[in-house]
Amino acid sequence: MKILKLPKEKLDLFASVVQQFGELHAPVEQDGKYVFKRLTRWSDARLEYDRTILPPKKYFLPPQESIFRYRPGEGFVPVTDGLDQRIILFGVHACDVYAMNILDRVFAGKYRDPYYQARRKNIAIIGIDCLPDKNCFCRSMRADFVDHGFDLFFYDTGDYYQALVGTALGDDMVQATGSVFEPMDAAEIDDYKRRSLNKRRAFQLDVEIRDLPEIFEMEYESELWDELGDKCLSCGSCSMVCPTCYCYDVSDDVELGSRAGDRTRSWDSCLFYDHALVGSGENFRGPRASRIKFRFYHKQRGFVAEYGRPSCVGCGRCSNACPVGIDVVQVIDRLRRVEDVASR
Amino acid sequence: MLLADEVASSHPVLADNPYQPHMARIVRIYKMVDNNHLFTLRFMEDSLAHSFRHTPGQFIMLSVPGAGEMPISISSSPSRPEVLELCVRRVGRVTNALYRLRTNDVVGVRGPYGNGYPISEITGNDLLLAAGGLGMAPLRSLLWYALDHRDKFNNITLMYGAKRPEDMLFREELTALVDRTDINCLLTVDADPGGTWRNHVGLLPGLFDHAKIDPLRTYAAVCGPPVVYKFILQRLLELGFPKNHILMSLERRMKCGIGKCGHCSIGYKYTCLQGPIFTYWDAINLPEMI
Repeated sequence: MKILKLPKEKLDLFASVVQQFGELHAPVEQDGKYVFKRLTRWSDARLEYDRTILPPKKYFLPPQESIFRYRPGEGFVPVTDGLDQRIILFGVHACDVYAMNILDRVFAGKYRDPYYQARRKNIAIIGIDCLPDKNCFCRSMRADFVDHGFDLFFYDTGDYYQALVGTALGDDMVQATGSVFEPMDAAEIDDYKRRSLNKRRAFQLDVEIRDLPEIFEMEYESELWDELGDKCLSCGSCSMVCPTCYCYDVSDDVELGSRAGDRTRSWDSCLFYDHALVGSGENFRGPRASRIKFRFYHKQRGFVAEYGRPSCVGCGRCSNACPVGIDVVQVIDRLRRVEDVASR
Repeated sequence: MLLADEVASSHPVLADNPYQPHMARIVRIYKMVDNNHLFTLRFMEDSLAHSFRHTPGQFIMLSVPGAGEMPISISSSPSRPEVLELCVRRVGRVTNALYRLRTNDVVGVRGPYGNGYPISEITGNDLLLAAGGLGMAPLRSLLWYALDHRDKFNNITLMYGAKRPEDMLFREELTALVDRTDINCLLTVDADPGGTWRNHVGLLPGLFDHAKIDPLRTYAAVCGPPVVYKFILQRLLELGFPKNHILMSLERRMKCGIGKCGHCSIGYKYTCLQGPIFTYWDAINLPEMI
């Protein structure tokens, strides 16, 4: 992989040049939190942020999108609005890039999701490295570094950025900026290693995910699930903020006074009462305890069987967002505990 | 009406769109039982009507324009192509909208989806079909497939139970099978208030007394409401059926049919991809399956 360095004072130049490749979006501050948003001024971008409220998935799988328009006499005509829009997401953290790589696998396979794939093709990702805060456990989830899924990835080494060039598009962005990107020398490789070590030491949380599937199987009947079920409000916040929750609902709406309408898909959550409800009235996950158990089970156990790793990337959003303080790290710790002795 | 390939050619980005419903015309609506009608569909695209093939046990996603989309198992056999037969119970919003449609109205179809019954694995063995109520809908595809490819199977037994004779799905064609000697067709009703029923009266598991079953060389395809699974599975296990010779067809909420929307997930399997046909062994290993 091509690795270059960019002096910090040239970042503004790079940002202005890179806009020729698409509309620039980056984290901006909003009520003390951060959101990915279209930039009106480059100075609004906040590259040193903890986490955005919603992960970048909102760009690839929008909270709500019309996928077909139905008209009598025409049938279902796909809606393609916005699919070819070129966007540059600047400042995506490693865990969020990793999460996109996980979603890539879900929306590929035998049946490719063309809406997701079109957006993934047209939205460039410029990642940026970060240091963990008290809720981050991406290292435990092996999502603290990424080697693909981005066009460019920046490491802030203090005086300059180290830039990993991930794709041909990323290289074009570098070329377009002219000679401001420079090759790295040996001393600068040490800068990278130093930063990597510092990052590793900065983690305050650690969970052991090895053999977690087996422990989940054994603890399937644990009273913990009932406790969580009593606490959980089924608000679905954890799913909405999760970078790898991809469940969606589909509904058809008819325009008033006509037989035409839209088929819309929108984010859904397995915490919602009707997630497993069928037409006959049978609900396969009626009790709240079984729904919250399912969410943990699918992330930490089910996904391992399907894709070889948990779908959790340790971004810490769900623990932050939960109004009643359900914390994924505490749940896993509690499951791993041996006779009331903490496992770590 | 735009056909799917015309739609695709005008939308290159979505040329290969697995969510694209293909329009199909309702050819026939047959009122088998109150609120359990049999809908016969034919694709408007002639080529698709000819080429569409499924495996018994697979399902389609059926769009009722303006109301929504839902998974429906295919009741017709691939050995009788050109049309699709769907047995739909009127229970929810989308099925209600379907029941408001008339012959020649148009619906959307995509699929077929799911694994279907493992035909090649069953081939050469005995086949036991056991269904209660609406459970006959997916089994009927396998039933006619087996009868149309009779040389692939040894003994075939059908056990089907309904509440009363007038509740029995496919009643005419199934009663006509009773006289056939290449299948042991056992039909029962819980009660026969009218006194017109010429077959068995009593609960479904009672039919085992009239069947000769060799559990080690038989595959059992079971489908029905939970009570059917409960008693039939118990009986099959008592008889000594290997757990992977018991095939169940499961129902789940589905919004995509292709392993994306997440609703039909059981444990770590998607009913739409790895199912809807699961073995009893799968069921033991997947919590909340039955």
